[in-house]
Amino acid sequence: MKKSLIFVVTIAALAGCETLYTPPTEQETQAVIKAGFRDRGIAKVERLNQSELQQQCTKHGNNPPKDVRARLEKAALATVKYPADGNWLGDFKLGERIAQTGAGLQWTDSPQSVAGGNCYACHQLSKAEISYGNIGPTLYNYGKLRGSGEGVARYTWAKIWNTNSFNACSSMPRFGDAGVLTEEQIRHLMALLLDPNSPVNK
Amino acid sequence: MRAAIASAALAATVAGAALAQDNTIIQIERYRQMLQEGNPAELLVVRGEGLWQEKRGPKNVSLAACDLGLGAGVVKGAYIQMPRYFADADQVMDFETRLVHCMVSLQGFKREELTKTPYSGAGQRQTDIESLTAFVVEQSRGAKIAVPQEHPQEKASFDRGRYLFYMRAGPYDFACSTCHGVDNQRIRLQDLPNFEKPEPAQRAFATWPAYRVSQGALRTMQWRLWDCFRQMRWPEPIFASQATVDLTTYLGVRAAGGKMDSPSIKR
Repeated sequence: MKKSLIFVVTIAALAGCETLYTPPTEQETQAVIKAGFRDRGIAKVERLNQSELQQQCTKHGNNPPKDVRARLEKAALATVKYPADGNWLGDFKLGERIAQTGAGLQWTDSPQSVAGGNCYACHQLSKAEISYGNIGPTLYNYGKLRGSGEGVARYTWAKIWNTNSFNACSSMPRFGDAGVLTEEQIRHLMALLLDPNSPVNK
Repeated sequence: MRAAIASAALAATVAGAALAQDNTIIQIERYRQMLQEGNPAELLVVRGEGLWQEKRGPKNVSLAACDLGLGAGVVKGAYIQMPRYFADADQVMDFETRLVHCMVSLQGFKREELTKTPYSGAGQRQTDIESLTAFVVEQSRGAKIAVPQEHPQEKASFDRGRYLFYMRAGPYDFACSTCHGVDNQRIRLQDLPNFEKPEPAQRAFATWPAYRVSQGALRTMQWRLWDCFRQMRWPEPIFASQATVDLTTYLGVRAAGGKMDSPSIKR
């Protein structure tokens, strides 16, 4: 009798405190998130439908296990389109402009507006520009330190096109793969990084 | 030998650039300190107080009966305990969501009208929501941030907010955590608070809403999230949506114990 009374009291106490809390499922959470956004201009709600890469990077806190990492990097590298004419380098002056520009793909941008790379937001590039971020490594003297061989050019192109090719779940956008920059724009950025006359290599 | 000289020269130039940047950062910090001496948000606090007390809306009543979680009409210390669960609406609400709830249920304003343009445009008069926010947040200055985590719905709000914080999406693959999950990160020269750590989380949460000098306007927490999502290339967050409230719950709980210092003034 006494025992069962204690039992009932214990149950009541448990019910009264937080033990009954059940966290929302991932599906419920995603539904609340999607309901909280709307299409505006070019920025549609479908942008919240995560790709395989985005799902895996979110799930693993940007540090996926070895097998998943290998799979993601292989898939990323397969997306890279190298320049058909074998011409790697454009005009570094135009590259500098692209590196300085942050517009593109926001709900305030028109579908016709040309996107920039906004490289300075995260990287140091030329010495003259001191307003640079530090989310990515410094790229000052990028070409000077690495040379301008075919291997370096190929690696750099792939890195800009789809950064996950060598570092799955990197913080950097997929500038070629996501259609942010055109092949021509990437060529100009390549020149900014690799041309010996570029301010990056001075 | 030549390589050694070259690399020494390179190191010196990099150090020179770093020094120039340090000087710039010091100058920016000086500018920020100078700004603290006069905050135009004070005018909005006065305007907001007037709006709070005035009989307004189709029902011609003041907001004196509005319960922000501490009882009808209590504004002192109300801001720092939101978002919180409200039984009358059966949902977790942040301050702005609750304000709209009060303006609709008590004063008879139309929800669609209020939420259509919650933020003032460049050179425009501040919206009523912005002014009322300035007034109410001022009544929590110096109080410690204490976003509650008792009700199951408050915990669910935190859990969904945390999920949203780390969720990578959009054409740039950005999550909030891309910029706000690592120590000492910057975009250009702008410092980015790391919400994984109490101290930067407290400092950030305590100083929003803020008067933005570059925009000549007071900006609220809902605006702060909205403008982040624009830069993240996400779709537009809906004003006072559960998702935005959840994110604020997550950030507020992370900032627990921070001393509220808002409306602040920022560049």
